[in-house]
Amino acid sequence: MKSNFVPALRLTFLLLVFFSCIYTCLILVIAQLSSNKGNGEVVQSGNLYYYTNIGQNFSADKYFNSRPSAVNYNAAGAGGSNKGPTNPEYLAIVQSRIDTILIKNPTVTTAQIPSELVTASGSGLDPHLSVEAAEIQAPRIAKIRNVNENTIYQLIQSNIEQPLFGIFGTTKVNVLKLNLALDNLN
Amino acid sequence: MNSEILGVLLMYLLVVLLAIPLGRYIGKIFNYEPTWLDRLFNPIDNLFFKLSGINPKTEMTWKQHAIALLTINFIWFLICMLILTNMSNLPLNPDNNPSMSGDLAFNTAVSFVTNTNLQHYSGESGLSYLGQLILMLWQFISAGTGIAICAVVFAAMQSRTVATLGNFYSFFVRSCTRILFPIAVIVAITLVFNGVPMTFAGKDTITTLQGDTVMVSRGPVAGFVAIKQIGTNGGGFFGPNSAHPFENPNYFTNVVETVSISLIPIAMIFALGYVLKRKKLANVIFGVMTAGFLLLCIPSIMNEMQGNKAIENMGIAQNMGSMEGKEVRFGSAASAYWAITTTTTSNGSVNSMHDSMTPLTGMYALLGMMVNSFYGGVGVGFLNFYIFIILAVFISGLMVGRTPEFLGKKIEAKEMKIAMVIALLHPLLILTGTALASFLYIQNPEAYSSWLANPGNHGFSEMLYEFTSSSANNGSGFEGLGDNTPFWNIACGIVMLLARYLPIIGPVAIAGILAGKKYIPESAGTLKTDTSTFGLMVFAVMAIVAALAFFPALTLGPIAEYFSLIN
Repeated sequence: MKSNFVPALRLTFLLLVFFSCIYTCLILVIAQLSSNKGNGEVVQSGNLYYYTNIGQNFSADKYFNSRPSAVNYNAAGAGGSNKGPTNPEYLAIVQSRIDTILIKNPTVTTAQIPSELVTASGSGLDPHLSVEAAEIQAPRIAKIRNVNENTIYQLIQSNIEQPLFGIFGTTKVNVLKLNLALDNLN
Repeated sequence: MNSEILGVLLMYLLVVLLAIPLGRYIGKIFNYEPTWLDRLFNPIDNLFFKLSGINPKTEMTWKQHAIALLTINFIWFLICMLILTNMSNLPLNPDNNPSMSGDLAFNTAVSFVTNTNLQHYSGESGLSYLGQLILMLWQFISAGTGIAICAVVFAAMQSRTVATLGNFYSFFVRSCTRILFPIAVIVAITLVFNGVPMTFAGKDTITTLQGDTVMVSRGPVAGFVAIKQIGTNGGGFFGPNSAHPFENPNYFTNVVETVSISLIPIAMIFALGYVLKRKKLANVIFGVMTAGFLLLCIPSIMNEMQGNKAIENMGIAQNMGSMEGKEVRFGSAASAYWAITTTTTSNGSVNSMHDSMTPLTGMYALLGMMVNSFYGGVGVGFLNFYIFIILAVFISGLMVGRTPEFLGKKIEAKEMKIAMVIALLHPLLILTGTALASFLYIQNPEAYSSWLANPGNHGFSEMLYEFTSSSANNGSGFEGLGDNTPFWNIACGIVMLLARYLPIIGPVAIAGILAGKKYIPESAGTLKTDTSTFGLMVFAVMAIVAALAFFPALTLGPIAEYFSLIN
């Protein structure tokens, strides 16, 4: 073991230089060519900017509400609820979320509520909603903003993100982009 | 056909199509045949050996291999402890994160050096960027260790008597620079151009559209995530791992990352076929592993897409399936597929929270880790499978009344004893650990109330999962478990150590002993090991060992929870 120790220590140091420094710098340099130079993709709106992929808390009635989040969309301490499927405390929370949606959206029936709108995501930062989860909110938003319901449905349609190459994965809308478009309607 | 299912099919097809040529390439690396990357890596490797004073041509016996491996791993552990407990005094800490406590640093150092990547901290708040870069180093070299030791076992399986099995350092450095490094660079670049950050800037503060002020953690994520997936490490840069939109921003990156998880584990089987010139044997092994993988994967996908029965009873629509702990951009099919891929390969990264999955999917994830050789971790997956082959050869030899032989070498009492010890070690560690934790909890549920996030059977599953994940060197978790306590840090640390090094030393010892034995050419009396009959036999051995050892524990956890749900 002794004869192995010094060579192994030296080799470790060299690997440290290669993988922790050279590899990191290589990717860092390449990242300068990407959008926003490797600082995370942003969408600009006037003087402000937002991270496209980091979901935000939208709880106001005039916006499309985002999914529940176990960490209240804290992007410096992300996480899921880790509640098990049979936990009675958790199921009571889901029930209360359903009740809230029914009160806020009087035209919606229970059977229309999609589960993603009453369950928390894994990261707590999910930037997306399914198309159904956006559409059931349309009448409420149309009423508050005093615009035609069809305008809202059209807005959702024009913001749909199709599956990868049209055939792989889910169909969804980015809540932030949708709400920005909503603000730009007026 | 459903676009979520098509996505899963795409991911499986892609990984098999890529693993075949990669297996051939890995075989060439192990055989020291020329490849087109030699011009770049020959000078680098030579420089490494020259500066560290290692002669890569020195031949080693299996014992010398084991000693070299343990020595260098011990050095890594010391360095890692030193850095993790002193991060607040070291550079590259823009968010002013604290140093780790002793027990947490022990757990984390063991976890990363053993290729487990169990994380009892959250990267955003628990590590400086220096800490992250150091852990990333272990992600490369602990994976390299596994691949190197697998190369040693391949070298020992030759059809002749061999006394020495190549040089450990040489296999190790070649695995790191020629296999892991190029693939990691390709994956990292793909991620960077799809919105994964790569920066040394600290947290950003922004005002949201609704007017709240939030902070956004960033960092050198892309390089880290790439090797985390390629080396079956699985430790995330952020707390929620690849569910975090900065680690895995869209469906395309999800495809790339999922493929990366099982790419090298599958390629290692084809490398075996290339090195030993036994394609048929490689196909049989691939067939057995694939059968096991699909048996866990298909029902998991169906369960998650169907949704949670308790939520269905509330009368709402579950078109997307069971969505608690899942991201809309991946959907439930791709999340369930990832869960089984990551648990069968000893990777342990997640793109959804396993704790919130429906009970039976949780059980399939547990089973993936309990068997731990349906593809398995880089290199070590085959080592685990090798133990089952030895057991199957012995049992079928007894059944048909032939001398147990594997690849022309006689298997005798000594090899069998080692194989049995290694096969039983895994259940022993898991069940003892879980029993101990359950005992402590029952004795004093008030004092340990912070352990479990869920009551009843699911709480038991959380503890069972933690020890299974530690013993399988997997690293995923039922993250509701409050695991950053001295008990969990130290207990899981010890389990990870034993479950990493004994199952490496065991197969290397068996292979080394067999290599030195006289080679008996195949005859009519030889039990053929490259047939589907023998494949079935190996599968039966794996299923019986797993069922006998783990069925009672699974009954108390996920199975009981499942029945409580349908009543």
